[in-house]
Amino acid sequence: MFDDTNIVVGLEIGTSKVCAVVGEVKADGSLNVIGLGQSRSRGVRKGEISDIAQAEEDVRNAVVEAEQMADVEIRSVFLGVTGGHIRGFNNRGVHPVVSADREISEEDVQDVIKNAKAINLPTENSVIHAIRQHFFIDGQDGVTTPVGMLGSRLEVDVHVVHGITNRLQNSIRLVKGLQLEVEEIVFNGLASSLAILTAEQKELGALVIDIGGGTTDFVVYADGAIKHTGAIAVGGDHVSNDLAYGLKVPLSRAEKLKLEHGSALLDKECKGQTVTITNDLGLVLKVVNVEHLRQIMSLRLEEIFQLIAQDLEQAGLADYLRAGVFLCGGCARIPNISKLAERTLQMPVSAAQTQSISGLRSALDQPEFVAAIGLAKFGSFKNRKREGKSLLVGGLKSVLGRLLQR
Amino acid sequence: MKNNDEIPPAAAENSLPQLPSARTIKIFGVGGAGIILGDALNRGEFSGADFGAIDTEGGSLAASSAAVKIHLETKLLRGMGTGGDPERGHALAEEQFPTLKAACEGAEMIFIVVGLGGGAGSGVSPVLARAAREAGALALAFVTLPFVCEGNRRQQQALQSLEQLKQVADGVICLPNQKAFKLIDENTSVLDTFRITGSLLMEGVRGVWQLLTRPGLIQIHFDDLCALVRDRHSESAFAFVEGAGPARSREVIEKLLAHPLLDEGRALAGANAVMVSLTGGKDLTMAEVNRVMEKINRHCEGAQVIMGAALDPGMANRMSIAVIVAKDPPGRNAAPAPAGNPQGQNGPCDSAEEGAENPADNSRFDRRPPSSSLPVHPREPAISRHGRVRRDKSKMLQIQLPLAIVSKGRFDKSEPTIHQGEDLDIPTYIRRGVPLN
Repeated sequence: MFDDTNIVVGLEIGTSKVCAVVGEVKADGSLNVIGLGQSRSRGVRKGEISDIAQAEEDVRNAVVEAEQMADVEIRSVFLGVTGGHIRGFNNRGVHPVVSADREISEEDVQDVIKNAKAINLPTENSVIHAIRQHFFIDGQDGVTTPVGMLGSRLEVDVHVVHGITNRLQNSIRLVKGLQLEVEEIVFNGLASSLAILTAEQKELGALVIDIGGGTTDFVVYADGAIKHTGAIAVGGDHVSNDLAYGLKVPLSRAEKLKLEHGSALLDKECKGQTVTITNDLGLVLKVVNVEHLRQIMSLRLEEIFQLIAQDLEQAGLADYLRAGVFLCGGCARIPNISKLAERTLQMPVSAAQTQSISGLRSALDQPEFVAAIGLAKFGSFKNRKREGKSLLVGGLKSVLGRLLQR
Repeated sequence: MKNNDEIPPAAAENSLPQLPSARTIKIFGVGGAGIILGDALNRGEFSGADFGAIDTEGGSLAASSAAVKIHLETKLLRGMGTGGDPERGHALAEEQFPTLKAACEGAEMIFIVVGLGGGAGSGVSPVLARAAREAGALALAFVTLPFVCEGNRRQQQALQSLEQLKQVADGVICLPNQKAFKLIDENTSVLDTFRITGSLLMEGVRGVWQLLTRPGLIQIHFDDLCALVRDRHSESAFAFVEGAGPARSREVIEKLLAHPLLDEGRALAGANAVMVSLTGGKDLTMAEVNRVMEKINRHCEGAQVIMGAALDPGMANRMSIAVIVAKDPPGRNAAPAPAGNPQGQNGPCDSAEEGAENPADNSRFDRRPPSSSLPVHPREPAISRHGRVRRDKSKMLQIQLPLAIVSKGRFDKSEPTIHQGEDLDIPTYIRRGVPLN
């Protein structure tokens, strides 16, 4: 049996599937994925829970499957959240350094971060993340660790991700109802970016787009820090729904057509091509034009990218993304979607690969598991911090012990 | 507030002249803000109008260019003004009621321009409106409400005074100054801000002025205007835009729908009644009128639309349009049917909308006597007298979701994803109008 303390679990309650990833944190801090459980999701719309009873059942199934595969007992999870209500913005905190020698202490750093987090949000909103970007000392920027430096005014930029409290609480309560602890909630887009990007790519500037079933989450990194986040409540579900409406077929059939014949681009050979839908007995029910199918898909996906492009334009970040765009989420499987994204965003686009994570290859290569793996990775960072603290305590103990022995 | 017992005779109806060009109009600026606005108006454009200024302190009156200046004074105040107390202003005005009435004599219409919230404007203007009506004139008030930051007390005084004005004036067109915040940026000075709100109010006055004085192709009667603005003062908005050149009608529409006071056209969608006054040169074509009205009608399907068109020889190759949008205050579910289906409504664009369902043509004559002895409270909705419930809510919804007929499939019951007014749950190809053949 594994030691419980270095097991981290990421749980993503998605619109199309619920997915639990069990990871083991190795001694060097890297993550090894040892278990994965998934279950079709039926109680979620647009990334938010719409049917508690069904969602609960799906979560339980996924967790049980992951437990069996990894042979561990799951007690706590890092829970992914998303939804159209989630927003991100940048804020700056200022703190005067008051000590006589003008040396910046750890307390000053804590204070300035606290100031930066004090934001005027509507009462129904709460902060999910406040991620520090860079420190400024007396207006000089680019400082990453200010402790010990001299200055009179310490400032910090943070990126704040916030959402509506009640809607975030829904999924937390659901997980708690299953006797699982929620260690922390994490914005799915952020989790995906953690799983995908290398430090170098973050430094160069990158955009991660996670197109899931119900939502599209995106995160922008520049100069090594998160600069922008966003969530649009449009995803693969919308593609299927558009197809069902446009081709006049049932939703389940539309889903199947999307998987079998879908493409993000209209190519020449699909012109005039048709697909025959037959029932169980082989009788012809309907003939579907592939060109129409792809046209509908292409327009929807193009729109998603256009919305993101608009958002980046407004944030003034379009020129910072030198490492390009990384696609993940279930929709990243759609053929030619990278080409479509390249065309719309005018940037190099590639399908994402999870980085610096070892373990089950079958899980790591799938774009739809990126967010859940990222959640586990987020957990591993937290775990490392916690361990660092406990080491400190242990070290103190041993010193004391030695003193007493003397 | 002091109530007065004399109920003025509603003499106005009988003497209502039908020739608009022959009207004599007096414009009164009341209080400090009102006088400044009145002065701004008194720059030649409103030929044929007499200007008056009324205040309780001498300073602002001395600076005014108005022909008639009335200084309401009493020894008690020692030339100090009212000190922001509308009670004093009111008492003073009551004391000098005969003077005010005399000043209103001879006019058929009195425009009262006033910034509510202070002592003189808030206190005097209701009395002036009453004096005007007693003198046999129609009273139409153009008021501004103070900025929210000016404080609670001023705001309350303004609202109270507005209520009183409602009781006595034939019509009140109200601009909450707060709306001007949309038009200013961080660097706009206080002076400029007041100038902007002032110019907005002037646009309103100008629009009404043109409406009533220019020879009308399609006339709007003063009564229509009054019926429109009555009972809705807290929520009226107006806009005045101009266009020139061959594409003037399109330009006008674009400007109108982008007008900040109309919330980029959204105010139209939520309106209960809309009055449109078109003014153009001799070359104004019916097609242009039609195009403009069609667009406006499409934006406010739930509303009663009154339109007028007028000619101005000086407007050759140009076109201006003044729109007054009235909305019921929130919380009132059934809108009072505006009392109006007058003869002036022979416009081609809205006769179908109105004529068929409002047989009570004479309803416009039963204007309530201006009973100032009533306590200050909102007027009863006129619905009880007309018994007509407007068909509005469902229609208005359709404006917001023009493609509501498109089933949203699995997203039918979930919260819609609205992005910049577009419902993203509706298939993209439908919203973009891409045909699948």
